[in-house]
Amino acid sequence: MSSKNSNWTIFMRGLVKENPIFVMLLGMCPTLGVTTSALNGLGMGLATLFVLILSNTAISLIKTLIPDQVRIPAYIVVIASFVTMVDLLMAAYWQPMHEKLGLFIPLIVVNCIILGRAEAFAAKSSTLQAVIDGLSMGIGFTWALALLGGTRELLGSGAIFDYPLVGEDASTMLLFIMPPGAFLALGYLALIINKLRGVK
Amino acid sequence: MAIQRPKSNLINMVLALVLVTVVSSACLGYIFELTKDRIAQAKEAKKLRAIVAVTVDGYDNDLVAGRLEVLADGLKKALEFYPATKDSELISTAIKSYSTQGFSGDIVVMVGLKPDGSIHRIKVVEQRETPGLGTKVESKRFLRQFVGKSLASFNFKVKKDGGDVDAITAATISTRAFSLAVQTALAQYQKRAQIAANQGKKDE
Repeated sequence: MSSKNSNWTIFMRGLVKENPIFVMLLGMCPTLGVTTSALNGLGMGLATLFVLILSNTAISLIKTLIPDQVRIPAYIVVIASFVTMVDLLMAAYWQPMHEKLGLFIPLIVVNCIILGRAEAFAAKSSTLQAVIDGLSMGIGFTWALALLGGTRELLGSGAIFDYPLVGEDASTMLLFIMPPGAFLALGYLALIINKLRGVK
Repeated sequence: MAIQRPKSNLINMVLALVLVTVVSSACLGYIFELTKDRIAQAKEAKKLRAIVAVTVDGYDNDLVAGRLEVLADGLKKALEFYPATKDSELISTAIKSYSTQGFSGDIVVMVGLKPDGSIHRIKVVEQRETPGLGTKVESKRFLRQFVGKSLASFNFKVKKDGGDVDAITAATISTRAFSLAVQTALAQYQKRAQIAANQGKKDE
């Protein structure tokens, strides 16, 4: 396989085939917690995408400097720093979204996709491939969260991207914006997507 | 591709961790300095927008300059009063009040009162409630029920607790905290108005 081809393979992998949400079912805490609307899902996805690219890059750069036994604490410090930076930058430049996501932003630290990619991929690959992997997994995470958020918003609030489709007093399926609805929506979406992928 | 890593002996491990933490803290410090002013600015701007949004139109004074701090019983931080005047006549007061009883963190509200102590408009300044549930205290649909109400005409408790407030579905705690914050503002306003009235009598 030529190297260009393998970069492309790495990029395509996170989008559908190894999608972190629907296929690997990783990072469920922010996924279930934050996706009450399409916009929240998108915002959270983008914040995670950003952290993922940065942390993958940094970890791939320092991979030859870190002794094996302390690699996890070192990765966590790197990831936590990037998350805090994103938190501060969002508070300064994208305030409305920062307020909506609230405490879910700091929680990106414990999102296992990020540590997972650091450990499983970035620590073993070239920097370029680590960046591509971060981008790919991040985009996969973002569209999955936006779709999940959109589905829940549509069913639970009767709106999409905060644009109401039904009247203010219409009764919607409130269950879907509550925590149990997150599980239901995720379960059915994962089912549909895996069916479409041809998994039995 | 096998990656060559340094041996996991004490010196290597300590060095690696020190290096990582020092570089990380330096970057964090830099970003913090970079964003500090903008975050503070954004907060101030938001507060001013909130004051303007709840104040009766037609004022001609500097709203922020008229700021008064009022301590309420049982609360650590003072409430902030922002009177609005027209031709030196009081037309409304915006009160920044808060409650510590929120589902997560404080709920800070800006309550705009007419001189008679009834609510003109309310805006939520700060909250960290659950997205999609408690965050609905910001919605027009919820806030509508408070317009025109005063302490005499409205019981600022959730219906479940024997009051008049329609709680948000699945967010009773947030609703309670919100109502408490509003009630605190109204109660302090009334108290001050009474004190002022008493002083007026003495002067006569």
